Amino acid sequence: MENNSLNNNILSELKAKVLKLFQDGIISGFLGFASASLPMSIRPFLAKNEKDIDKLVWNSFCTINLANYLPEIIKQNKDKKIGAIATGCWSRNIVVQIQEGQLKRDDVYILGVSSRGMINSKNISDRFPGKEILHVKEEDHIVTIEGRGFSEQIKRWDVTRDNCKTCAHPDPVIYDDLIGNLAGKRSINNKYSQIDVIEEMEPDKKWEWFLKEIDKCIRCYACRNACPLCYCNTCFVDDSKPQWLGKSIKHTETAIFHILRAYHCAGRCTDCGACESVCPMGIKMRLFTKKLEKDVFNLFGVEAGLDINEPLPLTTYKIDDPEDFILKLEKE
Amino acid sequence: MTLSKALKIAENEIKNLLNILNDSFQVFIPKLKEKTSYKFYEWDIYNNGDEFNIFIGVPKSSIKSFFFPQPETLFKFSIQKDTTALKEPEEENKRMLFGVRPCDARSIILNKLPYSEDSYYIKKTEQNIIIGLSCNERRNSCFCLWAGGSPMGTEGTDISLTLIDASFIVEAITERGGKIIETLGDKFPVASTSDIEKLNALRASYEKQRQSIPDPVKKIQDKNLLELYDKPLWNDVSLSCINCGICTFLCPTCYCFDIQDETSKGQGKRIRFWDSCMFPLFTQHATGHNPRGAKHQRVRNRFMHKLKYFPDRYNVFSCVGCGRCIKECPVNIDIREVLRDML
Ligand code: SF4
Ligand code: SF4
Ligand code: SF4
Ligand code: SF4
Ligand code: SF4
Repeated sequence: MENNSLNNNILSELKAKVLKLFQDGIISGFLGFASASLPMSIRPFLAKNEKDIDKLVWNSFCTINLANYLPEIIKQNKDKKIGAIATGCWSRNIVVQIQEGQLKRDDVYILGVSSRGMINSKNISDRFPGKEILHVKEEDHIVTIEGRGFSEQIKRWDVTRDNCKTCAHPDPVIYDDLIGNLAGKRSINNKYSQIDVIEEMEPDKKWEWFLKEIDKCIRCYACRNACPLCYCNTCFVDDSKPQWLGKSIKHTETAIFHILRAYHCAGRCTDCGACESVCPMGIKMRLFTKKLEKDVFNLFGVEAGLDINEPLPLTTYKIDDPEDFILKLEKE
Repeated sequence: MTLSKALKIAENEIKNLLNILNDSFQVFIPKLKEKTSYKFYEWDIYNNGDEFNIFIGVPKSSIKSFFFPQPETLFKFSIQKDTTALKEPEEENKRMLFGVRPCDARSIILNKLPYSEDSYYIKKTEQNIIIGLSCNERRNSCFCLWAGGSPMGTEGTDISLTLIDASFIVEAITERGGKIIETLGDKFPVASTSDIEKLNALRASYEKQRQSIPDPVKKIQDKNLLELYDKPLWNDVSLSCINCGICTFLCPTCYCFDIQDETSKGQGKRIRFWDSCMFPLFTQHATGHNPRGAKHQRVRNRFMHKLKYFPDRYNVFSCVGCGRCIKECPVNIDIREVLRDML
């Protein structure tokens, strides 16, 4: 995949910094991305030595949250730090991992980069149903899509992921070194606009929307497995004693999976969008976690992973915690 | 089966054909799903008048759910105070899958190898009629020729359609396919000898292409199993794998299952449902021990099963080269590269 100049700048700075980290003996591996065999695809990649650095790439299809891999990789490489590139949300996920004891700050060397927003490749393929996209060229603001007999230019922002469009924190919150400059906090008109639309629906419509959204789910659990928050030894969906979830592909079972997964992420989700990016069936399950993100923000004033010293909202008791729901129950 | 009679149906007459078939069968075609958040092709019931679109490659899901339903009811039962009664599951309709790509059609034959004594699977092969559709274009993830098939393959189909010069050449492949064609004989013209020659020449050119590459099955059979098993490659390939069910669930030739009883209020059914060797639970023992507890072991199993154990036993890969696992894998683990590295 050809690259634009902004991404090229990031990539060359990245390579230079990673080379130095290897040369200085600081890291034993660097977690980044390598190119894939198909357009609009990407491979998370662990560079193990200086020779591997050339394989690193950077473009707008890097939608996998690398924090997801860190605890496991660090477990297997105890002697030195593992380096990793981290955008705003990925760095926030690293913060959550540190807060939850999955990682130690000293085990990872974070090369921070301010995110320009990543592309949702489904937004692109959606415009060419039944056609084969053979080549994608990314420039700073334009993406050119080519296949046999067609070539089209699309504005990059038009196909950017929903979560990136409403992201207020593109800058890494913790880092050891930076690539490029920080962009500063983005002011977003209403980052919960997608949720507001759903909240305004009548209960019947809301349920209809929910069932339609999950209808195509094949329960491959890619959304769960791509998420850095999901590290339970045995996920509730896999428990057999007791078995919480039936194995049939039915709305009830699928709904329980999605609702519970979302709740398990409440107060921890950084809206990185990895779950939605990996779903083969194009299910917008990120909206479920986004709703809980909104609730946590409104109730506790906390956005996950922004401050490493802030206690986790749902495992901490504060005297002024809102408890309206208990009062409401009493009234009834 | 030799070709007795082939028809020639103009491209824009395909709906007529579908409408006629729809009188006698429950017909399924790949439809563009517009109501989901994104558009993609999925198998769905054909209603008279529906558009039949030709698109490059295969629909999102394979046809395996028609043969190996997710889940499949093996039998039903009821538990009363002192009696337990077993019941057969309901009969399924006879179905016709129209527009099945050669790779997907071939998967029926490959899955039949391990399932040859599985009465449920065999019954489905008797019930489902397959109307194949040759490929005029390939996706960048297609590799049917490598996997032992062909974009014009007919294995697994009852009738095969090939679009040449804006007309479909409709060939009978099996006896029951031939019978269907006979009933259509008075409604559509017969293909001419030159049409058939064109078709055969095209098909032969693919055959030649396949024979020009050294048979990968032979090569893999010659490899020492334990050497392949111990290759360092598995650690590298598996590093980025998130151990999801995408590659196995969407794959037409993955056929592993688990069995459970689902009961409610004294009524129950025994179901078998898809399982995936990529899930840790797949090999979890009751003792807590897991012989494939590490990610690289599971990734290795998926590829070794498809590309070594299966061909050692059946002389063919358990893969038809449809490329779904490559396209849909969120981290682009590419079975073609794995095979190349194994060879
Ligand atoms: S990734 Fe998509 S299809 Fe898979 S379990 Fe999640 S929502 Fe369902
Ligand atoms: S739930 Fe989705 S958006 Fe939230 S942290 Fe996990 S992968 Fe990211
Ligand atoms: S793999 Fe071959 S048969 Fe299957 S869609 Fe591609 S070209 Fe057609
Ligand atoms: S689809 Fe890719 S990431 Fe998921 S289990 Fe298969 S190889 Fe691993
Ligand atoms: S292994 Fe991949 S390419 Fe082969 S049949 Fe399965 S999904 Fe298709």
